Amino acid sequence: MQRIFGLIKDRVGALLADGTVDRVIGWEKGEFLYDHTPAIFNAEDDLVDLVYDGFCASNLSKYLIDESKKDGKILALLKPCDTYNFNQLIKEHRINRDNVYVLGIECRGMLDIDKIRALGIKGIEKVEEQGDELYIQTIYGDKTCKRNEVLLEKCINCKGKEHVAYDELVTSGEDIPQVESNRFEDVEKLEAMTSDERFAFWRGELSKCIRCNACRNVCPICSCVECVFDNKDSVVASKANTDEFEENLFHIIRAFHVAGRCTDCGECSRVCPQGIPLHLLNRKIIKDINEFYGEYQAGQDTNSLGPLTDFTKEDVEPSIITEKGGEK
Amino acid sequence: MQKIGVFVCWCGSNIAATVDVKAVVDAVSHEPGVVYATDYQYMCSEGGQSQIRQAIKDFGLTGIVVCSCSPRMHESTFRKTAISAGLNPYMVEIANIREQCSWIHKDREDATEKAIILARTAVAKLNLNRPLTPGESPVVKRALVIGGGIAGIQSALDIAEAGYEVDIVEKSPTIGGKMAQLDKTFPTLDCAACILTPKMVDAASNENINLYTYSEVEDVSGFVGNFTVKIRKKARSINADICSGCGVCTEKCPSRKAKDEFNMGLSNRGAIYIPFAQAIPNVPVIDREQCIKFKTGKCGLCEMNCPAGAIDFKQQDELVERQYGAIIVATGFKPISLENFDEFSYSQCPDVITSLELERIMNAAGPTKGKLLRPSDNTPPRTMVFVQCVGSRDTSGCGKTYCSKICCMYTAKHAMLIKEKYPDIDVHVFYIDVRTPGKNFDEFYRRAVEEYGVNYIKGMVGKVAERNGKLLVQGSDLLADDQIIIEADMVVLATAIEPDESARNLATMLTASIDTNDFFTEAHPKLRPVESPTAGVYLSGVCQGPKDIPETVAQASAAAAKVIGLLAKDKLRSNPCVASSNEMLCNGCSTCENVCPYGAISYVSKEIRSAGKMEVRRVAEVNEAICQGCGACTVVCPSGAMDLKGFTNKQIMAEVDAICR
Amino acid sequence: MSIEKTEDSNFEPLIVAFCCNWCSYAGADLAGTSRLSYPANVKIIRVPCSCRVNPMFILRAFQRGADGVIICGCHPGDCHYSTGNYYARRRMTLLFSMLDYLGIERGRTRVEWVSAAEGVKFSTVMNEFSKTIHELGENKKLRDLRCKEFLD
Repeated sequence: MQRIFGLIKDRVGALLADGTVDRVIGWEKGEFLYDHTPAIFNAEDDLVDLVYDGFCASNLSKYLIDESKKDGKILALLKPCDTYNFNQLIKEHRINRDNVYVLGIECRGMLDIDKIRALGIKGIEKVEEQGDELYIQTIYGDKTCKRNEVLLEKCINCKGKEHVAYDELVTSGEDIPQVESNRFEDVEKLEAMTSDERFAFWRGELSKCIRCNACRNVCPICSCVECVFDNKDSVVASKANTDEFEENLFHIIRAFHVAGRCTDCGECSRVCPQGIPLHLLNRKIIKDINEFYGEYQAGQDTNSLGPLTDFTKEDVEPSIITEKGGEK
Repeated sequence: MQKIGVFVCWCGSNIAATVDVKAVVDAVSHEPGVVYATDYQYMCSEGGQSQIRQAIKDFGLTGIVVCSCSPRMHESTFRKTAISAGLNPYMVEIANIREQCSWIHKDREDATEKAIILARTAVAKLNLNRPLTPGESPVVKRALVIGGGIAGIQSALDIAEAGYEVDIVEKSPTIGGKMAQLDKTFPTLDCAACILTPKMVDAASNENINLYTYSEVEDVSGFVGNFTVKIRKKARSINADICSGCGVCTEKCPSRKAKDEFNMGLSNRGAIYIPFAQAIPNVPVIDREQCIKFKTGKCGLCEMNCPAGAIDFKQQDELVERQYGAIIVATGFKPISLENFDEFSYSQCPDVITSLELERIMNAAGPTKGKLLRPSDNTPPRTMVFVQCVGSRDTSGCGKTYCSKICCMYTAKHAMLIKEKYPDIDVHVFYIDVRTPGKNFDEFYRRAVEEYGVNYIKGMVGKVAERNGKLLVQGSDLLADDQIIIEADMVVLATAIEPDESARNLATMLTASIDTNDFFTEAHPKLRPVESPTAGVYLSGVCQGPKDIPETVAQASAAAAKVIGLLAKDKLRSNPCVASSNEMLCNGCSTCENVCPYGAISYVSKEIRSAGKMEVRRVAEVNEAICQGCGACTVVCPSGAMDLKGFTNKQIMAEVDAICR
Repeated sequence: MSIEKTEDSNFEPLIVAFCCNWCSYAGADLAGTSRLSYPANVKIIRVPCSCRVNPMFILRAFQRGADGVIICGCHPGDCHYSTGNYYARRRMTLLFSMLDYLGIERGRTRVEWVSAAEGVKFSTVMNEFSKTIHELGENKKLRDLRCKEFLD
C-alpha cells in the first residue's frame, strides 16, 4: 500500500506540475486514522496532505458532478468500483467528461474499522499494511491481523477489480489476493425466510433509521438537483421521521429511485450510523434484474439502456412474484 | 381555492334506482371547494346542460364535477358545455357512477357509499386542476414521400390530386421501384409495366409533384406539421436540365463490365446508363466507380457524343433543405441475401435463380428478351422446380420468422405463365403451405394446379446439387411420406423479402420505431395501421410489412388520405394533457428521452437561476405537438421534474387519498 | 413480530384499481354495461397508461389504508402508446418483488391486462382479487395510522 501510494503521489504531482490538470480530488487525513475524507488539492505543495491506504473507501465520483462544472480540469483518483459510478453519471450526463482526468488507482480492498475492533484490537494508534498483513500499533502494544479478515462488506463482495473508465492507470504490479464470495448470499437468506420473518427483520432494521440522510447524501446515484424528499411539491416530501411508516417509505422509494442505476457500491450501508444493511435493498433489485432480465451491471458502460428504461416483449409477468408458491 | 359545482345525474333510473342521488349531493356539498351541488334526471340533456351553464354563471364556478356515466361517453359533451359557459374544458371531471357503480352493484347502501367516494375523488382531483389550452402549431402544406416505388408514387399522386405539393425522394436514378422489374402481376396477369409506367408518367407530369431521384434523405428535424428535411441529390454527372434523354451516350460508353441492377445482374450495362427504357426521369447517370474517365482520366466518349452537351464530370452532390407538414415512408423491400442457404447452391449454379431474377428472364425487355432460357447455357429448360419459403417462416435463425406473403401467389403465377407459354415444361413446386387469402387468389392458385397441371409437392427441398448439367433437387414429399429427387434444368427460389437496408437509418432520423425485422411499426396494429407512432409520419407499402401490390396501393392511398387530412388543417391543435418538465428540478439525465415512444423530448442547454446564481444546465424540453400524454417519462424521472398535465402526480395522489380516506 | 390475520368477518377490504384509459377502463365500462357485478370496495382511478402508475402511488395507497392495489393495462403488444405497458410490467415486477422482500403479503398487489372487450375478465379479476384480499385480511403492515387519525 505504501508503494502504490508513492506511485500515485508522484504521478499526481507530475500531472499538476505539467498543467495536465488544475486540481485534484483525493483523500486527506480525517479526525481519526480510519476516516479519511474527500479533499480537493489545488497545488503540488498541498499534496503533503494526500493519503491513500485501506481507509479511503469513500467514492469520489459523486463530487465530480459539481467539480466538473467548474473551470479547469480536475484529476480524480478512482478505485475500480468507483469508476462504475463515474460511468453511470457520464451516462446520465451529470459529469462533464472533458473536465475530468481519471487516474485509475489500484485497490486491495478497503478496511472495516469495526471488524478490526471486533477482533479485540482496541486503542488503535496506527495501522500499517504490508501485503496481506496488517500491523497495528495500539496503546496496548502491537497486534497483527489478516487484511482479508477485516475488509468492508462491499470489498468482500467486490463486483469488479478492473477499472471501467480511466485516462491513465497506476498499478503496483503486485498480485492482489482474491476473496471468494457470493454477493447475493444475504439476499438469498432473507428470501428463504417467511413473509412475517422478513417483515420482522426489516421492521427491526428500518426502525433504527434516524433519517440523518447519510445514505442519500453519500449515494452517487442519489444526486438529483433537488431530492423528491426535500421538494415540498413532490407529495412525498419529508425531511424527518414522523412515524414508523416513514422509514419504510423513504427507503423503499429510495431503493426504487436508484433501481437499475445502483452500481452496488455499498456506500449507503458503509456510512449508515445505525448499521442498517441498506445495500440489501438495492442488491435485491439487482438480483431480480439479473434473474428476470439478464445480467446487468450499472456503470459497466456509458450508453446501454438501463433495465427500467428497456423491455423485451417476452419479459416475465408480475405474477411471477404474486403467484410465487408457498405462503402468501 | 376552486369554486366547484357538482352535478349528479340520475340517468333516468339507471343511476337513481341504485344510488341515492340526494345523499350524494348532500355528502359532496361538504367537500372542500364545493360551493354548489345538485341533481337532475338527465344531465346530458339540453335541460341538464343549461342547468350546468346557469350554475357556472350564477356561482362563478371554476370547475365542475359531473357524476354520471363513463367519461368515455359524455366527457366531451360536458367539456363543450363548460366552454359554452366560458369555463375551460379541462376544469371538468367526471365521476363514473353508472358503469362503475349503479350498474354493477345491487345494494343501494353500498352503491350510494361508493358513488359518494367516487364523487369526492373527482372533487379532490378537480381541486388541483388547472385550465389547459391546446397548443397550436402551423402546418406546412407540403408532403414528402420517401421512396419512389408503387407505394410512394400512389401516395404522391393522391396527395397531389388533392391539391397539395408533394416531393418524392428516390435513392435510385429512376422511380418505379420493384414493380417496374416485374413481368406480369397476379391474379390478373396484366403486365406490370403497362399499369405502372402510366402512373410514373403521371407522377412526373403532375405539377404538384417534384421528383428527387438519385437522392437520399440525410437529416430530419422538426415535428408534425413542420418537418425540416435535408435531401442529398447525388451527382448524376449529367445536367438534367439540358439532357434530352436521347441515349446516345449510353450506346457509346465503352465500359461494359457493370452488372445491370435492373436485370438483377443477369446482363451488363455501361458506366453511363438509363436503368430501363421507361425510366423517369429519362436522364442517364454515370456510375463513377465504373466510368473509365473517372478511373483513369481518359475516355470522355459520352461527352464527345452528347448532342446537348449535358455531360458534367465535375458535378457535385447538392444538398437541398425543405419544409414538410407530413412525411410518408415508402422505402419498400429487397429479397434477402441467400448466403445462409448453401443447400440450394444459389451461388454455385447459375441455373438456380431467385423469383425476381425469373421475372427479368420472363420479361420481354429482359436479358433474354422474354425467352425462358437457362442462364448457364442459354438453352430452354425442360423441367423446372420452384422452392417456396426460402428464408420465410424460418425458425432456424438463417432466414426470417415471418411469412413473406407474396411468394405463394407469384410462384403460382410463374408456374402458370410457364405452362401457358411452354406446355411441355414440367413444373414442380415445393411448398410448406399454400396461402392464398385475397380476392380471386385461391381461384388463381387452383387454376395453376387444375388447369395447368402444375405439380405441387408438400415438403421442403433439402439440397440442390449440379450433376452433368442438371440440377438434382432432393426434397421430401410429406403427403406421400417419401423422399424424392427431381432432375431439373432450373430451380427458382421464392426468396423471403426484408425491408430495404435504408429503413433502420431512416427510422432513427424520423424517431419512428421499427420492429426486430426492421419493418416500420404502426401506431396501432389494428386501428392506426398507416400511421407511425411518430405524429406526422405515415407508412406506405412493404416498409411496414410484407404485402402485395393491391394491398400496397390501398395502404398508399390510406396514408395519402391521412396526409391530406393533416395538410387540410391550417393549424394543429394538440392534446393539452401532455408532459411538462420543471427545469428547476431536471437533472438532464436523458432517462425520459429514452422511454418516450414519440421522440417528443429533447435536451437543451439553458441558463437556470439556482440559489441566487446563474448556471447553464442540460434540461429536458417537451415538444407539446409531438407528446401524446402517456406519462412514461413521468415515472422514470428520478427527480420528479417531469409531470403530466391533467394527470399530475399531485392529482393522482389526491385521488388515492380521497379513495383511502 | 408476527401480524395476526384478521378474523373479523365484517372486514370489508379497500381496493384501489389503476386502470389505463384505453383498455382496462373501457373494460370496466363494458363490465358495467353488461351488468357484471364485482364488489363495491373496488375503486378505479383512471390513468392514461399503465406506465403512468408511479410506485409512489401504490405505496401511498397502502399507506393510507388500502388493503390491495391492482394495476390494469392493455395486453402487452396492444398498448395505445405502443410500449407503455412493457415498462409498467418491468417496474411492477420489481416493485412487487421488493414489497414481498420487505415482508408485505404478496397477494396484495396485482397486475392484470384487460382489454376494452374483456368486461367479463374485468369483473372476474375484481371478484377474485377482492376475495384474495378478504382472505389476507386488513393491511396492517403498511398502514400509516397517523394519517388515519389525522383525517378522522
